[in-house]
Amino acid sequence: MKKHTFETSLKRLEIIVDEMENSQLDIDKAMKLFEEGVSLVNECSSKLDETKKKIEILIEKNGKIEKEKFIGIENDNENK
Amino acid sequence: MVDLFDFESSNNNIDDGKKIYSVSEINNEIKFILEDSYPVVWISGEVSNFKTYSSGHMYFNLKDENSQISAVMFSGYNQKLNFVPKDGMQILVFGKITSYVQRGSYQIQVSYAKEIGIGTLQEIFEKLKNKLQLEGLFEQKCKKQIPYIVNKIGIVTSKDGAALHDILSVLNRRFSNVEILIYPVRVQGEQAKYEISNAIEYLNNNYKELDVLLVGRGGGSLEDLWAFNEEIVARAIFNSKIPTISCVGHEIDFTIADFVADLRAATPSVAAEIVAKNRADIEDKLLMLKKSIIDKMTNIVDIASEKINKFKTCRALSKPYLIYEDKIQYIDEYKEKLINKVKEIFENKQHLLQLKIQKLSLLSPLNILERGYSVCFKENGELIKKSKQILKDDIVNVKLSEGIIKAKVL
Repeated sequence: MKKHTFETSLKRLEIIVDEMENSQLDIDKAMKLFEEGVSLVNECSSKLDETKKKIEILIEKNGKIEKEKFIGIENDNENK
Repeated sequence: MVDLFDFESSNNNIDDGKKIYSVSEINNEIKFILEDSYPVVWISGEVSNFKTYSSGHMYFNLKDENSQISAVMFSGYNQKLNFVPKDGMQILVFGKITSYVQRGSYQIQVSYAKEIGIGTLQEIFEKLKNKLQLEGLFEQKCKKQIPYIVNKIGIVTSKDGAALHDILSVLNRRFSNVEILIYPVRVQGEQAKYEISNAIEYLNNNYKELDVLLVGRGGGSLEDLWAFNEEIVARAIFNSKIPTISCVGHEIDFTIADFVADLRAATPSVAAEIVAKNRADIEDKLLMLKKSIIDKMTNIVDIASEKINKFKTCRALSKPYLIYEDKIQYIDEYKEKLINKVKEIFENKQHLLQLKIQKLSLLSPLNILERGYSVCFKENGELIKKSKQILKDDIVNVKLSEGIIKAKVL
């Protein structure tokens, strides 16, 4: 299946909802729209879950910039 | 230069023939040099970081484009001022340079001050703002859209500043699944502008996948925020392919960076809120759309099954014999009608026949006889119409309406 951008997926979803709401659909057409809609919802949800929580900081070491885990705010978390 | 006498008097302080000072010693020495060299001085500069302490003493910095010096004006002197110094104000001061040995710092102790005009920083700000505006760096059409969905956030700010703390606590509270990459930079001082612009460039070159850059710092004086008014920073923000949100100082602070950024957030916390809210809104919207299509589908299926049920209970399918009964009745009716019609036609014809018969009977010769006429036949049955048909003594038969007379012609 073609990969949409998040935005176009969301827009397409809105159109699907409108179509299902407003027109006299036969059930076959409705089923097709429904299937498309559900797969778009899944696509969008997975895009939202694509990244895991991560905080990193760039540190210069011997003239090279390296990524490191940032621990500055950990204490705040523990307080909560 | 160190003379022999000093070597002897502080015998521990010799190493390879060089004099080693203690911190106090060097600061003391500098203090004397400074205070002796500048017992009376006039300085013109811009006021910044101005504070009046409860003691009544005034503390501030005097600065120009490239440098600054601390200043103090004790209450005994500042009571004679005919204006209230404010940040940004250009003033001329008179006083002496003093050094504070404990900190190794020096300052001008002001005994007289005079206002000479508006600060040049404001002028520089306006000049740069106009220049960049003319170049089109602030134009709306150059603004990049902050992406719909922000997964990866780059932050350019001080590692220890309030800005980073504020941003991270907002993101922490609201997000679960975002990647944050911090590029720590100095946000004030001479190097700040280079570090900030380098960081923006570096992230653009090496972390293209970042969805948004937050560039900013916490609140401070105009001069603290000055790096964000530098042209090099403005251009780095303008050239960033990654959409940028500026967040410098407080609501009231507007910097050149704010004008050129794709979006200006009033404070670092607000910048984080914008990004977070976007994402939360989208999550809500997605949930709503999901619910909608499921509801609609359920609805469509309900309507369809209702239709099917209607068919199932309709008379034709549930009681087909009813149709049949109806038809029988219909046929019966028509059969009856048909028979009646045929009968009617038949009777009509019969009636007509009767009439014809009647008419016919009126024309019958027997009818004429009945009215008193009679007909004569010869014996051979020939009808006698003329007298010369018969002779004397011929036998004729006279037919009357009733009976026949046999007669002889005389």
